Amino acid sequence: MSTLIAAENVSRILPGPQPVALVREVSLAVRPGEFVAITGPSGSGKSSLLYLLGLLDRATEGRILLEGRDTAQMSDDALAAARLARLGFVFQFHFLLPEFTTLENVLIPMRRLGRLSDRDQEARAKALLEAMGLAEAMGKYPDQLSGGMRQRVAIARALANDPAVILADEPTGNLDTKNASAVFDIFAALVASGERSVVVVTHDQHLAARATRQVRLVDGRITDDSAALVG
Amino acid sequence: MSLTLAIAVGHLKRRKRQTVVSLLGVALGVGFFVAIAALMRGFQTYFVQQVIDVAPHVVMKDEFRSPDLQPAERAFAGGAVVVRGVRPREAVRGIREAGAKIEAIEAIPGVAAAPVLRGPALFRYGGRDVAVSLAGIDPGRERRVTNIEKDMIAGRLEDLRATANGVIVGIGVAQRLGASLGDTVIAVAPSGVATSFRIVGLIETGVTALDEREAYVLLRLAQVILDRPNVINQIRIRLEDVRKAEPLARRLETAFGYRTESWEESNRNVLALFVIQNAIMFSVVGAILLVAAFGIYTIISQVVHEKARDIAILKSLGFRASDIQAIFLLEGVIVGVAGAVVGWAVGYGLIEVLAQIRFQSAGGPLRGRDGFILARETWPYLAGGGFALIAAMVAAFVPARKASRLNPVEIVRGAA
Ligand SMILES: Nc1ncnc2c1ncn2[C@@H]1O[C@H](COP(=O)(O)OP(=O)(O)OP(=O)(O)O)[C@@H](O)[C@H]1O
Ligand SMILES: [Mg+2]
Repeated sequence: MSTLIAAENVSRILPGPQPVALVREVSLAVRPGEFVAITGPSGSGKSSLLYLLGLLDRATEGRILLEGRDTAQMSDDALAAARLARLGFVFQFHFLLPEFTTLENVLIPMRRLGRLSDRDQEARAKALLEAMGLAEAMGKYPDQLSGGMRQRVAIARALANDPAVILADEPTGNLDTKNASAVFDIFAALVASGERSVVVVTHDQHLAARATRQVRLVDGRITDDSAALVG
Repeated sequence: MSLTLAIAVGHLKRRKRQTVVSLLGVALGVGFFVAIAALMRGFQTYFVQQVIDVAPHVVMKDEFRSPDLQPAERAFAGGAVVVRGVRPREAVRGIREAGAKIEAIEAIPGVAAAPVLRGPALFRYGGRDVAVSLAGIDPGRERRVTNIEKDMIAGRLEDLRATANGVIVGIGVAQRLGASLGDTVIAVAPSGVATSFRIVGLIETGVTALDEREAYVLLRLAQVILDRPNVINQIRIRLEDVRKAEPLARRLETAFGYRTESWEESNRNVLALFVIQNAIMFSVVGAILLVAAFGIYTIISQVVHEKARDIAILKSLGFRASDIQAIFLLEGVIVGVAGAVVGWAVGYGLIEVLAQIRFQSAGGPLRGRDGFILARETWPYLAGGGFALIAAMVAAFVPARKASRLNPVEIVRGAA
């Protein structure tokens, strides 16, 4: 079975006089069309695991495979290229660049990748923003938008280069119920085609229940995986 | 506009005032450099021009750089013999076979030579005595090796030949004697012989030391008064290409043995002074640019600090470390280039202002000038711009590298 991103026996141990294990011997294969919700107590290593899956951090043991390729062997620049073309991040804080308009923020990853012509980039960015219900906000700057709107811009930006996997770390942490629900609707729609997958870290059990798969992390280890029950 | 440039400009726009301040720092450095370079180079080239205009480019004298070896020393070269307390031989001074030497020198293409006999004499007029350096010249040849004619403020060089016992004296000599054009002065040679001369010309070189000492007569007359028949003790040489003066001087000294000085050797003190002047100029400008560079360093460091989140997000989006470094280096380059361009305008403006300034001319080599001599050259603009760019890039490099090494995970964690 094909996997988009997979952790095989991954541990992340912070070196030091007293080494800290952020993630311990985690194995997790994310298949196309899956919407994975990672839950767990605070400090259980959810963010750490997400950074590993998103190739922002390197595992100290085990390996992370991106579409079958072992990322441990890849250079930092190659990891950056993989993030650019295949992965999309959404964080709790929107992290939009304040100097740029909404449209420009969405264009940044496309311009960096340069796969589409300038005109196609702009058309795609506009289409993404419209799909997020942000047609009116394209020319506005981030500080002119509401929190929910900013997070939707961040999602549009994560989708800019049509990634295989969207990774979101508590994307609804700062949103009210209505906006949080809207974000999860978007994620659910994204995986509907069956080609993409979404991995979301959340505290909210109700929202997590709307994912196609639930993974629970305690103390850096996976204690429950709904796919395992089925599989 | 490229993405890197857009991000860099975005960062600088958020700190307009600081950016403008360090940009002005760079501009001042470049502007001062351009203006000071024009001022100093103007003066220096003018001075050199004066020197090579007025004086012969190369002078061969009837002297030797090192005293003759004693025969015993020659026989036991290498040290076994030391001879002390030798009474120097009363050599008959003068350049031997001068005619043949002048011909040989003139045979070199682009080189002219003229014979001179120089000796001390006393000029006497109305009870006043003035010591002069009497130079016997061949007017036809002399005008080919010095610009003596250009410095004449009364009379003509030909009058030396046209008038029996004519003399051309420096304006200072005439003033000290109280004599003027047409007056007859008595010249007393060291041997005691007195001859009367008629002043047929006056010279003002602007160099007081020359104007108060020089007196020119025909070579033949000088040989009679100084009692040195058929002797000359200087060969003055002029070249079409001044830059060949020093090599030619060395060549002639090796070939003929007589001490031969190029204008560069004769003016070594002044030229050394120019080197110091230039060093001071470069240090001042270097100091200004150093301060400007600190300004750039400060801004970019602050931007890196303030924009840590943006750097993290760019990295998570897939920007490489080198892309991040390029953004902040570019910010330095923008300040450097903009500063240089403004600096060019400042420098150009300063030169125009300096060109307007008029002041009472002090005599000396600047006689007849009532303003600054400015060299309007391109290279100070290029050099100033280059310095500014390099300074800006060096200043930006450290924070840019720091930015490129930021770990996005740490920042994202810290922000959450
Ligand atoms: N640099 C570090 N040094 C020491 N401990 C760290 C460091 N980074 C993270 N930790 C610890 O590692 C554990 C896992 O952190 P992580 O952020 O992955 O947890 P989390 O599940 O995302 O928590 P939260 O729900 O609060 O976001 C936490 O206990 C955290 O305090
Ligand atoms: Mg977390």
